[in-house]
Amino acid sequence: MKSTDTDVFDKIKITEILNGIPHGTVILDRDLCIVEMNSSLELLSGFTTSEARGVRADFILRCNIGKSGKLFRKLLETGESLSVEGNIITHDHKNKPIHFTVSSFKDENGHPVGLFIFLEDISILHSFDQKGSSRDGLKDILGHSPKMLEMLELMPVLAHTDASVLITGETGTGKDLVAEALHNASKRSRHSFIKINCGALPESLLESELFGHVRGAFTGAVKDKPGLFRLAQNGTIFLTEIGDLPLSLQVKLLSVLDDREFFPVGGVKKIKVNVRIIAATHRSLRELVKRGEFREDLFYRLNVLRLHLPALRERDGDIRLFLDHFLRKFNTSLNKSIKEYSEKAIEILTGYHYPGNVRELRNIVEYAVHICQGKSVKKESLPEYIFFPQVDLEVKEKQENGQVPIDKSIQNQPEADQVTYSNPTERGWSDIEKEMIINALKKTGGNRSKSALELGWGRTTLWRKLKHYNLN
Amino acid sequence: MRILITIQNKSVAPRFDLTTEVVIALCEGQTIIGKPRTILMTRPSSEELCALIIKENINTVVCNGIEESHLQYLTWKRMKVIHSVVGPYREALKALTGGFLRSGTILEGAKQGVKNG
Repeated sequence: MKSTDTDVFDKIKITEILNGIPHGTVILDRDLCIVEMNSSLELLSGFTTSEARGVRADFILRCNIGKSGKLFRKLLETGESLSVEGNIITHDHKNKPIHFTVSSFKDENGHPVGLFIFLEDISILHSFDQKGSSRDGLKDILGHSPKMLEMLELMPVLAHTDASVLITGETGTGKDLVAEALHNASKRSRHSFIKINCGALPESLLESELFGHVRGAFTGAVKDKPGLFRLAQNGTIFLTEIGDLPLSLQVKLLSVLDDREFFPVGGVKKIKVNVRIIAATHRSLRELVKRGEFREDLFYRLNVLRLHLPALRERDGDIRLFLDHFLRKFNTSLNKSIKEYSEKAIEILTGYHYPGNVRELRNIVEYAVHICQGKSVKKESLPEYIFFPQVDLEVKEKQENGQVPIDKSIQNQPEADQVTYSNPTERGWSDIEKEMIINALKKTGGNRSKSALELGWGRTTLWRKLKHYNLN
Repeated sequence: MRILITIQNKSVAPRFDLTTEVVIALCEGQTIIGKPRTILMTRPSSEELCALIIKENINTVVCNGIEESHLQYLTWKRMKVIHSVVGPYREALKALTGGFLRSGTILEGAKQGVKNG
């Protein structure tokens, strides 16, 4: 790059301007080598600006337009602009459809000094074209039970604020889906949504993943790493299983939430970030706070807005909705033509308590669609285990190891469980459900409407279950 | 060890699926045996390239951008794939035989060598 070009780029903090653009953006010099690129492109390519600087762009972009840079060179010579669709290979080996806008820029004498390339990710538009879906993420969430309707009413409100959201709920209730839907419906939707499982990585790696590191910070840190917080700039970071976040990192996360800045591992320069945090957990954070495993201040800081996802068994009528939805879905994907469930199968499927919630229901339907040879899903096509009362596998395992006494294990149920169970090992779901009804009736002084509301059911469902359990 | 590098001019090709030229080298320990062989393909095709890799009994593939399906296929075929390598292919070969070529490496020569290539 010539010194005059350098002067132009030095006059303004070009990186800061580029990082404000929500799409991949790169500036090339007259040799078609990278001068600057923004954090969105770093995220797409997997290369940092400092390593990519000086390298010819086509080797970093890995796009399918203008082989060997011929097209870029022609644009540089003619001074023309170009707007074209193509694709790139991303750092995670995805072939991503991209809309490229390429334009040249000239010095004061009118001589071309470089190119400006703007890469807009259009994969979402492609997927809509294919699926006929809508961009509004909220529409992907199914459910018409009172508890879900209540939650769906709240979601647009939560999406339009910038405060942290804590999503709680049992495993398989759709916390990830809701987090992504909140991001897609927010004003940050054009920026990145980055998800990280706090329980999936050891503490040292997690810190480096979240906050990045500088070259030489530790053995093996051969180059600067921006970290997910920086890559999510102006977007949303979703910290799932936040209850598993180590205490030392909880302090650092708290400081990010308070000051919106942090030091990368081994770094001396503070990094400012503008990121919305959505956290999720299936564990009771309040219980973890009591046990000293989760910082109270962080709990209150994350708990600004709370969204609790009801368990499937609390979602009156939604089981049937999901059964039909997944039957349609797997019919298409597995090229089957199953029309319906038999009455017996429906009775079993709607009576099952789904400890794994929607995820479990989906797997049961997938199993049934695979196994079913006729036009109707019969009892024989269902997995055997649903005919027997199941105990929470984790609790059972701990009980077998003598780690948790039965009563204690029940106390440790996530706070998502509003229901108090007594001893699930000795009784089936029917007994637990019966006890739930009795508890609700006791609580509401025998008022059936209020009890139904308390249980998240319709009045008719409660009436049917009262009759079924002889509680009239 | 039989090594295949996808190339474009004298550099590791930006994309596996658009590659029309490969270099095959035979290496024992840190020494390259004989002269690396260049093969020109009639057209860019990931499937044909995968077939060539299998036919040539390659142990290690060096490339830059590669789609997940092809990466998984080659890994499943017990091949070592070093991807996201940027720079002159000779330098990549040298780094590989030296035992220090990793996925995601931008080689020193990328900043000059790529331009000249």
